[in-house]
Amino acid sequence: MSRDHQRNNAPQEQSRRDILRGAAALGGLALAPGVTLHLIGGEAAARPADEAVSDTHRWGMLIDAGKCGDGCQECVTACADENGWDPDGKLPTDAQWIRKIDLRDPKSGAERTLPMMCQHCASPPCVDVCPTGASFKRADGIVLVDKHTCIGCRYCVMACPYNARSFVHEPLTDQKAHAPRGKGTVESCTMCVHRVDAGKQPACVERCNDAAGGAMLFGDLNDPTSEISKRIATYATARVRADLGLDTGVYYRNI
Amino acid sequence: MAPSSVFAIILAALVLSASMAPQHWSARAAEPSTGVPVPKPPKGRGNECVAETDYIRRYHMQLLDHQRDDTVHEGIRTKQFSLKQCIDCHAVQGPDNKPVAYDDPSHFCRSCHDYAAVAIDCFECHDSKPQKSAAAREAFRGSMLALEGYLKARGP
Repeated sequence: MSRDHQRNNAPQEQSRRDILRGAAALGGLALAPGVTLHLIGGEAAARPADEAVSDTHRWGMLIDAGKCGDGCQECVTACADENGWDPDGKLPTDAQWIRKIDLRDPKSGAERTLPMMCQHCASPPCVDVCPTGASFKRADGIVLVDKHTCIGCRYCVMACPYNARSFVHEPLTDQKAHAPRGKGTVESCTMCVHRVDAGKQPACVERCNDAAGGAMLFGDLNDPTSEISKRIATYATARVRADLGLDTGVYYRNI
Repeated sequence: MAPSSVFAIILAALVLSASMAPQHWSARAAEPSTGVPVPKPPKGRGNECVAETDYIRRYHMQLLDHQRDDTVHEGIRTKQFSLKQCIDCHAVQGPDNKPVAYDDPSHFCRSCHDYAAVAIDCFECHDSKPQKSAAAREAFRGSMLALEGYLKARGP
């Protein structure tokens, strides 16, 4: 199935490259003025509470590794504060929704650090393998676990190429009302779905812009006029393991 | 064992359990009309529930199930039948004046569920206490009213 998908996706990918190449040709002009950083916010207009999500939007993120501070953990602590998990896990098996990873090019010695979490794939392998349908993709592209139907088999944990999912091993108390979590279920980044539904940005993005380098941008990938779409159209971006053809919703720059 | 002795044991168990029933059951049990101990759930905030009380008593699980699927999959976050809203209105204050959690027998849900011996799994993941204390909610409401008053006084 994934191979089919890759085949179907190939022309799209090609056309995106063409667009990028075109943009690079124009780039001499377009890059010079740059794109202002703080034009974010207001992109995610709150949907009425009684209206179902639709595929009009596809939420995504653009992360600039060039602005991501070495040793900075603000996005990780913001996520932990917002969703009620412990960022300094005592065990390697403790839940981890977002983590910082360090990259080093062995040849040049160039180093980069970036946050890694659920990439909110358009064709998520975790959804393909889930035996109960608990792992699902919302119409607006956010990949979630319906913990009411999750049986804790952890097949999705195995299937995810980004190591983004974790399993809750211990009983929990005092969870956040907006982020229910419990023993025996798998969980991962929800792109702060409760905040997105309220017209806000994910906690990590907000904290990165308020307290750190402003490396993260959240927005609607389906809207060509959104800040994120404009930047993706202007700058060279990369997606992690793009070779898998999963069409992830998280884009990176400068990696 | 002879049938009569079995009957005697059951009768003794019934008498014993009735005498050991928690305080909030015995209040209703003392009513002359029933004569049977029935649960008497603590009163929630406000004058009425989000739907007819009898309907809610019978169908609250179906309503919650339906709402949860709508919320998780469709992102529909209406308040009327949300679990969060149940918890907010039906918080029971403990001796320390803070809302009690589900592990306390006086928790609103337990007042009936213990009686009916129906286990609830909701609170293995969901919070069983309101996130904002009633005091904080009142303070917020007060400040909003003050703001409204100020804006009205200020005129357009």
